[in-house]
Amino acid sequence: MLYAILCYNFEDVIGAWTPAEDALVMARLGTVEAGLATADRLGATARLLPTTAAVTLRKGRQEEGREALVIDGPFAETKEQLLGFYVVDCADLEAAIAVARDLAAANPDRGAYEIRPLAVYRPGCLTQAGARRANRRGVGA
Amino acid sequence: MTIANIDAAWIDAALTAARPQAVAALLRYFRDLDTAEEAFQDACLRALKAWPKNGPPRDPTAWLILVGRNAALDGVRKSSRSAPLPPEELISDLEDAEASLVDRLDGEHYRDDVLRLLFICCHPDLPATQQVAVALRIVSGLSVRQIARAFLVGESAMEQRITRAKARIGAADVPFGAPSLEERAQRLNAVAAMVYLVFNEGYSAGGKELLTRGALCDEAIRLARLLLRLFPSEPEIMGLTALLLLQHARAPARFDADGAVVLLEDQDRSLWNDRMIAEGLALIDKAVRHRRPGPYLVQAAIAAEHDRAERPEDTNWARIDLLYGDLEQLAPSPVVTLNRAVAVSKVAGPEAALAMIEPLAPKLSGYFHFFGLRGGLLLQLGRKNEARVAFDQAIALASTAAEAAHIRLHLDRLMKEGAGG
Repeated sequence: MLYAILCYNFEDVIGAWTPAEDALVMARLGTVEAGLATADRLGATARLLPTTAAVTLRKGRQEEGREALVIDGPFAETKEQLLGFYVVDCADLEAAIAVARDLAAANPDRGAYEIRPLAVYRPGCLTQAGARRANRRGVGA
Repeated sequence: MTIANIDAAWIDAALTAARPQAVAALLRYFRDLDTAEEAFQDACLRALKAWPKNGPPRDPTAWLILVGRNAALDGVRKSSRSAPLPPEELISDLEDAEASLVDRLDGEHYRDDVLRLLFICCHPDLPATQQVAVALRIVSGLSVRQIARAFLVGESAMEQRITRAKARIGAADVPFGAPSLEERAQRLNAVAAMVYLVFNEGYSAGGKELLTRGALCDEAIRLARLLLRLFPSEPEIMGLTALLLLQHARAPARFDADGAVVLLEDQDRSLWNDRMIAEGLALIDKAVRHRRPGPYLVQAAIAAEHDRAERPEDTNWARIDLLYGDLEQLAPSPVVTLNRAVAVSKVAGPEAALAMIEPLAPKLSGYFHFFGLRGGLLLQLGRKNEARVAFDQAIALASTAAEAAHIRLHLDRLMKEGAGG
């Protein structure tokens, strides 16, 4: 089974770390990642920039013909849960919003997309076939 | 994080991060800066004892406000000989109290608290450096010793300066009511300018001072991010944050091992901080969507043009010239025109740039960079004697050793080439 491990913390506390403390934590996480990579278990990893760099595309109600709305800041409503994420290469914010609009159009339900730039991205070593095998193994195949 | 290994560095970072919000809320509650600061201090001491034992609270800021408020009230009670409140280790269910406080902390209330705390540091009677010192003491919580070192003055001199400035703030009328929309915008402007001052105190530091003063840049960026979290839809706050990030990203390349200035075109661009650049560019993208460009955003866009160029020759000077043109409209000043002239010299040549800066001479006769640029342009035009005079004037006006050393390089080169022109 493949699992996404989503990291939550107070970003203002992280922001109060000195560069040396930040580097130390990243190095320690790197050791954990290296162990997983050696075992061929690591997929894409990312560190996100602060939520202040994010915008949110809030879908409009299609039955009322409302346009989706772009709001500055992170998606912070607690009623809805994080259900997945995409990493997409976009020329700029407008291009990223366009992708989110396409996703919104493809999915008729309501909801929102937080568009948050990455600070660090590593593709990892899992291939599509490897991922499928991993998830089959997970259900006891 | 388990209770056993909650680490001192984490507590330290949590206390630092919570400080502006916590002191701001305590200030609203007690309406007295000294009481608010003491209450926060007290709460921090209690956190150092309680958190390693009980584990970190769910919301450190709310915990510190609640405990700080209780501690200060306790002090009042003790002095009036009534029964003290129980120590917070014995408060069995802090969680419930926290939860209701967190609800109240959300929303505009909270936002105006922090803005007020920052705003009182911008008292118009205080000279710029004192505004910066007071903000660093009250909002950022740097020690007097750290601030004294950053300003290169003695500790007791800085202590006096801060005490006097705080007395002035205390005597001023601090409005505790909710500000009107217009007042809020005015406060935000003043606070943004103060954050930029904090940054410049650090940014203008020379090589050897960089270790102590450079921290001011990090602090300014933290304050800018704080403002941005409170006012997420203000394009100028996005612009300010982007500007600081895009300039500070170059810090690792700005000085050589001897502490001498390395010019933008000579910097090792692989040393620039990619993460800061990415964040700055993302903020500009967001701000541009509002179609209300302000001076910070335009300056950030100029910094971005430099940061985007992988090599100096990739710099889009024509675009920088246009952006400076926008800035001249939004915030006209001879210094802006002087900076524009650098771009003009790249696009249209040194003669055009020199013609542009000559009319500025009366206004910038005490400005190091005016003579530095003038000397450089004259040198490019082969007018060596005039260049030497301009460089001599620049050296006389240099405010840091690094500035003077940089101009001296030009002069030495002129000497070697022999007097001519």
